[in-house]
Amino acid sequence: MPGAIYAEGLVKTFGEVRALDGVDLDVPEGTVLGMLGPNGAGKTTAVRVLTTLLRPDRGTARVAGVDVVAHPDAVRRAIGLSGQFAAVDEYLTGRENLVMVGRLYQMSGRDAKRRAAELLERFNLGDAADRTAKTYSGGMRRRLDLAAALVVSPPVMFMDEPTTGLDPRNRQALWDVIQELVAGGTTLLLTTQYLEEADRLAHDICVVDHGRVIARGTSDQLKARTGGERIEVVVHAPEHLPVAEGVLRAVAKGDGAVDPHTRRLTFPVTGGAKLLAEVIRELDSRGVEIDDIGLRRPTLDDVFIALTGHTAEAARDGGDTPADGDRAGAATTKEGVR
Amino acid sequence: MSAFDQATGAAAARNPQPHGGLVRSVRDALVVAQRNLIRMLRIPEVVIFGLIQPIMFVVLFTYVFGGSIAVPGAPAGDAQAYREFLMAGIFAQTVTFATAGAGAGIADDMHKGLIDRFRSLPMSRGAVLTGRTLADLVQTALTLVVLAVVALLIGWRSHENPASVLAGFALLLLLGYAFSWIGALIGLSVRTPEAATSGGLLWLFPLTFISNAFVPVNGMPAFLQHVAEWNPFSATVAGARQLFGNTIEGVPQSVTGAWPMEHPVLASVIWSVLIIVVFRTLAVRKYRSATA
Repeated sequence: MPGAIYAEGLVKTFGEVRALDGVDLDVPEGTVLGMLGPNGAGKTTAVRVLTTLLRPDRGTARVAGVDVVAHPDAVRRAIGLSGQFAAVDEYLTGRENLVMVGRLYQMSGRDAKRRAAELLERFNLGDAADRTAKTYSGGMRRRLDLAAALVVSPPVMFMDEPTTGLDPRNRQALWDVIQELVAGGTTLLLTTQYLEEADRLAHDICVVDHGRVIARGTSDQLKARTGGERIEVVVHAPEHLPVAEGVLRAVAKGDGAVDPHTRRLTFPVTGGAKLLAEVIRELDSRGVEIDDIGLRRPTLDDVFIALTGHTAEAARDGGDTPADGDRAGAATTKEGVR
Repeated sequence: MSAFDQATGAAAARNPQPHGGLVRSVRDALVVAQRNLIRMLRIPEVVIFGLIQPIMFVVLFTYVFGGSIAVPGAPAGDAQAYREFLMAGIFAQTVTFATAGAGAGIADDMHKGLIDRFRSLPMSRGAVLTGRTLADLVQTALTLVVLAVVALLIGWRSHENPASVLAGFALLLLLGYAFSWIGALIGLSVRTPEAATSGGLLWLFPLTFISNAFVPVNGMPAFLQHVAEWNPFSATVAGARQLFGNTIEGVPQSVTGAWPMEHPVLASVIWSVLIIVVFRTLAVRKYRSATA
């Protein structure tokens, strides 16, 4: 059975730029799909098509079982959208913003007020409820925006780069809220440029670049694609490097790297923690003093570089103003890579 | 699938509106209008600046030009005759400035992502724009009240019964409402609120000056006389002048014999309704496909 969010062959072009170039998606109910990609990859365009804001040139998409092109109004009743900007009216108070959204979801005035009060408490905005949103911090506006997307407890949520521009503390707070939401059974499509965010929140990840899904799977599956684990050792003194290298070569599954400047040795291995313990004992018995040692698994950063040939950071630097970022960025990254 | 299986989704699609279509449209528009009125109260500068320009125009035109402009049928330099001639023009110009307000407001909503939010909600398609234009109508009405008081203070008088005077103001408000739909379309078409403001104001100057609003048409070149008398804006000015009793007995309002000048009230209503129908259709269509 197709998932809560389902898309097949979505194509959307803006002039010369193919923002979406045949995107397929299938997000099972109650799971989180992290859509990962640099600025201009087509993430926002995909979200806009799935939330009925943009008609695809080709392809079909169903959200909560309803076709987004044929029955946009029914889709709108089943979704919540938290876009790239905190889309709240800054001259309205937090409460007024939420009541307005509730009423536009066709709730009665009384229901909208009750729901607004609940959400303000839940998102820790109770004290600021009757202040205009203009006085809110960036994190508070984001929370208010998210609350607005949750007014009708929609079964399907879309969040487009929800933590972009937030400081680490506010990002952490927002992650907690999102995790709580997902624990309650909401299906979520989340776009992000932050690998850590996808790693932390998403069940499945799809990597998007130039309007195509270039890889998909769980975080672990994606990391496995770029090679297995490796042991990293930092020795205390440079003269210990040859001995340590000998020990590691004996157990390594291939060639490794030795960096005399940082006194770091990195070798691919299989065998996990058990092997790590053996290596520590062996180094210890030969009198090698160790500053740091660990079993490293590839990060999503490694995955990203392997898949796209550039880092997410580099692509982000090439981005443009938020308003046109998706389109202008697409052109920039294409030039940058080819 | 539980909360939203295919059957539920399909049922929702078959019965797309919990309320009837019209009830929902009106209700949604009022929710949006309320939002815009709250904004207006929280940013009173906008209303105040909106008042300064027309008041300045009243004072400047009356005292600077008043002594030099001959109103047909009145002796040259009759300042009182010019005051009475002028006020309908100033009122009409003031209501057309609602265009810039609506345009800037909607462009700002686009810019801040609010239009995206509204468009992702199961609300009536025209409600965001209708709500905005209704709120502008309230603001325009308030502006007219203040301006009318100023006009009375400097000596403007109406020579008709109160019902006729009210009809004159209604005619002006209808024009203002029509023009705010032009503003809505401009707001949806430009990239920034600043562009909407200047784009909303620029064309208003030729439109309001090549008309019968500030000077009698008979002093213009023949070609401009035709333009001025067919200008929709002139019809409202002439209509309001007639309803206020600010015309001079025995002097025809028309120089070229243009039909709208012979029947200014009717012509004004026709023009305004036409503008609303055309620009509302275009603006709502634009809204449906709007991309920030």
